[in-house]
Amino acid sequence: MEYEFHWNIVFQKLPQLLNGAFVTLHVSVLSMLIGIAIAVLLAIAKMSDARIFSLPATVWVEIARNTPALFQIYMAYFGLGAFGIHLSPYAAVLSALVFVNAGYLTETFRGGFQSIPKTQYSASKSLGMSSTQLYRYIILPQMFRRIYHPMTNQFVWSILMSSLGILVGMNELSGETQRLQSLSFRTLEFFIVAAVMYFLITKFVLFSAALISQKVFKGEL
Amino acid sequence: MGTSFFTPLSWSDSGFILTGVLNTVTISLVAILVGTLLGLAVGFFRAEANKFTNTLLGAVLDILRSVPLIIQLILFSTYIGAVGHPLDPFVTGSIVLSLYTMAFMSEVFRGGFESVHQSMVTAARSLGMSYWQTVAHIRLPIGLRAVFPSWLGVALSVIKDSALVSVIGYMELLRTSEQLISRTQQPLEILIGVGLFYFIVSYPLSLYGKYVERKMAI
Repeated sequence: MEYEFHWNIVFQKLPQLLNGAFVTLHVSVLSMLIGIAIAVLLAIAKMSDARIFSLPATVWVEIARNTPALFQIYMAYFGLGAFGIHLSPYAAVLSALVFVNAGYLTETFRGGFQSIPKTQYSASKSLGMSSTQLYRYIILPQMFRRIYHPMTNQFVWSILMSSLGILVGMNELSGETQRLQSLSFRTLEFFIVAAVMYFLITKFVLFSAALISQKVFKGEL
Repeated sequence: MGTSFFTPLSWSDSGFILTGVLNTVTISLVAILVGTLLGLAVGFFRAEANKFTNTLLGAVLDILRSVPLIIQLILFSTYIGAVGHPLDPFVTGSIVLSLYTMAFMSEVFRGGFESVHQSMVTAARSLGMSYWQTVAHIRLPIGLRAVFPSWLGVALSVIKDSALVSVIGYMELLRTSEQLISRTQQPLEILIGVGLFYFIVSYPLSLYGKYVERKMAI
């Protein structure tokens, strides 16, 4: 049996789909920004000698890395209800993505920080650099170079995983596609367009990231 | 019948949850096995193929990695339904998850094959080994050993991603728990149990992966 494609209805709904794509980008960018901020704190806590700091950070990182993202979203959406916290679909997906991003990025940041030989600290001191100069000119530029690619990958992961919003009725690209296709039952057409949009978004992100890295690092990656 | 539509969690539910656990384990193992074998073949082919074939194949694999798994699952199951060959959710889920796994595994294995120095292969050939002997005795063992931690990383992410197969109706762990939640209205207890299961499976394996990686680094 052959399937007959009808694309008209999908193109009529393109503005709504684009709106969904915008929400997808919105939630993933926000989840990265908040995730980065928390990851910096967690990385510092994890490297601390005091267990009251390092233990909670380790627990956070290991739970984030060893449970499915869908579990985190269900936990935020259904599980927190037991504490009287009722999140909207957007807030639930955002907090789940922040939780996972922070967990993965903590290890990225810690790895980036520890990859810089300790001798560089003493070398810069013996050259008479202040500690601001040390971090500004020596440590942070090298660190940023090493965490740049893992961070880009994490961002792409966030975009792809925000599609789980479909399961809690969020209005990002997947959820919006689901809602629109249910009005017309052109399921295949709608999800094909959504797939193309995801592909283009991730390619665009990776392409811009490569462009930025060329400008900033001038090929010395 | 009781007075309430909602009934609390009871021991009789453990069989239901166990089905979910077994289904999650089954579909993960199938996807890891099939994905590894296909990935090994594709990865080897890509390490050998010329630039044109490589670029073409790379583009196809790239699609599998750049479209969310959940969209792939919905698309594939809708498609085979629309052309009149609906399949069992387990079969549909296994196919999509295996191909998705293959896309990541092929990159891992390709890297492994390319990490084996050409000089070693040349040396083996000059010792009189045939092409396939160098593959079986030199390139496979050395290449595979080098990528074991990455392979484990992909396998672990497949176990976690298998939760998404619930979207096409496969009764894996997270879907069974979701149904229990809607009956018992005890989301927290059930979800914590589910999370613990994934953690207990994934954490020791991830520690082992880190251990092997550290041992190989020296």
